[in-house]
Amino acid sequence: MRQPASALLEADRVALQVGSRWLCREFSLRLDAGECLVLLGPNGAGKTTLLHTLAGLRPAEAGEVRLAGTPYGGRSPRETARLRAVLPQIQPDPFPASVLETALVGRHPHLGRWAWEGREDQRIAHAALDRVGMAAFAERDLQSLSGGERQRVAIAALLAQQPALYLLDEPLNHLDLHYRIRVLELFRSLATEGAGVVLVLHDIDLAARYADHVILLDGQGGVTAGTAQAVLQADRLSAAYGHHLRRVEVAGRTVFLPE
Amino acid sequence: MRARALTVLPTLMLAGIGALAWALLSGELPGGWPALAGALGGSDDYAAVVVRELRLPRALAAYAGGAMLAVAGALMQILLRNPLADPYVLGVSGGAAVGALGALTLGLGGLAMDASAFCGALAAMLLVFGLARGDGTWTQTRLLLTGVIVAAGCGAAVTLMLALATDTRVHSMLFWLMGDASAARNPWPALLVLAAALAACMPLARDLNVLARGELGARALGVPVDRLRHGVFVLASALTAVAVTLIGTVGFVGLVVPHLVRLAIGNDQRLLLPAAALAGGALLVAADTAARLVLSPLQLPVGVLTALIGVPVFLFLLARQFR
Repeated sequence: MRQPASALLEADRVALQVGSRWLCREFSLRLDAGECLVLLGPNGAGKTTLLHTLAGLRPAEAGEVRLAGTPYGGRSPRETARLRAVLPQIQPDPFPASVLETALVGRHPHLGRWAWEGREDQRIAHAALDRVGMAAFAERDLQSLSGGERQRVAIAALLAQQPALYLLDEPLNHLDLHYRIRVLELFRSLATEGAGVVLVLHDIDLAARYADHVILLDGQGGVTAGTAQAVLQADRLSAAYGHHLRRVEVAGRTVFLPE
Repeated sequence: MRARALTVLPTLMLAGIGALAWALLSGELPGGWPALAGALGGSDDYAAVVVRELRLPRALAAYAGGAMLAVAGALMQILLRNPLADPYVLGVSGGAAVGALGALTLGLGGLAMDASAFCGALAAMLLVFGLARGDGTWTQTRLLLTGVIVAAGCGAAVTLMLALATDTRVHSMLFWLMGDASAARNPWPALLVLAAALAACMPLARDLNVLARGELGARALGVPVDRLRHGVFVLASALTAVAVTLIGTVGFVGLVVPHLVRLAIGNDQRLLLPAAALAGGALLVAADTAARLVLSPLQLPVGVLTALIGVPVFLFLLARQFR
C-alpha cells in the first residue's frame, strides 16, 4: 500500500549484491522526519554498503532509493548534499588543516562556485563545534587531536552541513563513554527538531535506547526490519551475531548480555 | 583567509619580479640597469640585445616552467592524496625523456625535439590513464603503481639510448635529462598554457579542498569526484608535459614548492595553487640565474641546482612528517 505523503527516505524493493553475495533482496523501508533508524549486524554483514546505498553513494542492484520523494538520480549531487549528510567510517586527513577549516567543509554545498566562507558560515561552524564540545579547539591542527576528538570534529562538519537527513557510519568510533551518549543525545534531539537519522551501530544496548526502527542484517542475506522493540529480540540477535545473548531489564532499560 | 591572500600573493609576485630582475641584470656581460632599460625600450645596443634575446626568454622560460611544475605538483598531491607526490610520479617526464632523447638519437634538435618530447609526454600520460582506468575503477594505488611502472619502462629506454649514443650527443642528452633552461627559445606559449591552466583550476579549488579530505566524503558533499579527478589528471599531466618540453626534467620544484607553500599558508587550494605558481616561478628563475653564475663562465643545468637544494629540504620535510 502506498503511503500518501513522500517520506524523507524510502527504499523500494532494493537488492544489494557484493561480489557474488546477496546482502538483501526486495528490501523496502520508509523513514520519516523525526525518526531514528539503526542498522545492526555482525562484521561484514553489509551495514556500510546499505548505508551508502541509502545515501545515494552507490547504486542498488535492483529497486530504487528516494530522498524526499525523488530518486537520487533526479537531483544534482550538490542539491542532494544540501538535503543529506554522510559520516564516512574512515576519514583520511593526509594534509594539515585546522579544526575550524574542517568544520567549514560542511558548508561546501551551500556556497557558490566563487564564494568564500562568510561570517554566517563561520558562525554555523562555530556553533556546530560547540555542540560536540570542540569549540575551544577551533584553531588547533586536526593532526594534533586524538581519534575521538577528530571524530567529534567530523560530526561537527556534518552539523554545519545542516541537512534534513543524517547517515552516520559508526559515529561512536573512538568516542569515550560520555561522548557516546552525548552524540546520540545530540542526534536524538536533531530528530526531535525534525531531522531523519540513520546510524550504523555496534552497540545493541544503545540501539535499544535510541532507535525508533532497527534493521538487523544477519550476514547471510537475511534482513529483519521493524520497530526497535520488535527487532531487538534475544534469539534473533543471538542468531545474527552468532553469539548467545540474554535480555535483561535494568532500571527500566533493556540490555543484552553476551554469555 | 581572503585577507591572507592579499598579503601572500603580492609578496610572492614581488619575489618573482625581483628574481626576474636579477636574472636580467647578471651574467658574463655586465650590462646593468642601462642595458635592461635599453632592452625593454627596444634598443639595438649589443648589451641590450643580449638581455632581450638571450636572458629574457631564458628567465621567462624558467619562470613558466617552475610555475607549471609547482602547480602540477600541487594538483598531483591532491589527486593521489599524498603530500609527497610530484609531477613526475605518473611517468609523464619519462615519456618526455624518451621522446626528447629519441629525437636527439636521430640527430634532430630544436622544434622537432620539442615536439617529440611533448608527444612522448602525452603518450605516457594516455598510457597511464588507459591502464589505470582499465575496468573503470580508479584507486590511487593503482594509478600510482601504473605511473611508477611506466616511468620505470621509460627509464630503461632512456638508459638504452644513452648507452648507444655517440659521445657528442651524450652531453646534450644529459643536460636535457637534468633540466636546463638555456635552450628555451620561446617561453610565450608556455606562459599562456600556465595562465589557462590556472584559470581552469581556480573555479575547482574548493572542490579540490574537499577531495583532499577523502573521496567518499567529497562525493557525499556533492563534488563530482570522477570528473574532477579526470580533469585534474589531464591538467597536471599537460602542465608537466609543457614544462618538461620547455626546460627538461627539472627535479624537486614540483615536490618541494607546493609542500613548503602548504606549510606556510595551509592547504586551501584557492590560495595554494596561485601561491605555488608564483613561488615556483620565482624559485626556478633564481635557481637558473645561480646556475649561470656559480661556476661562470661554465653554465650548470638548473636541475643540478634544484636537486642540490631539493634533496636536503625534502629529507627535512620527510623527517618532520614522520616524527
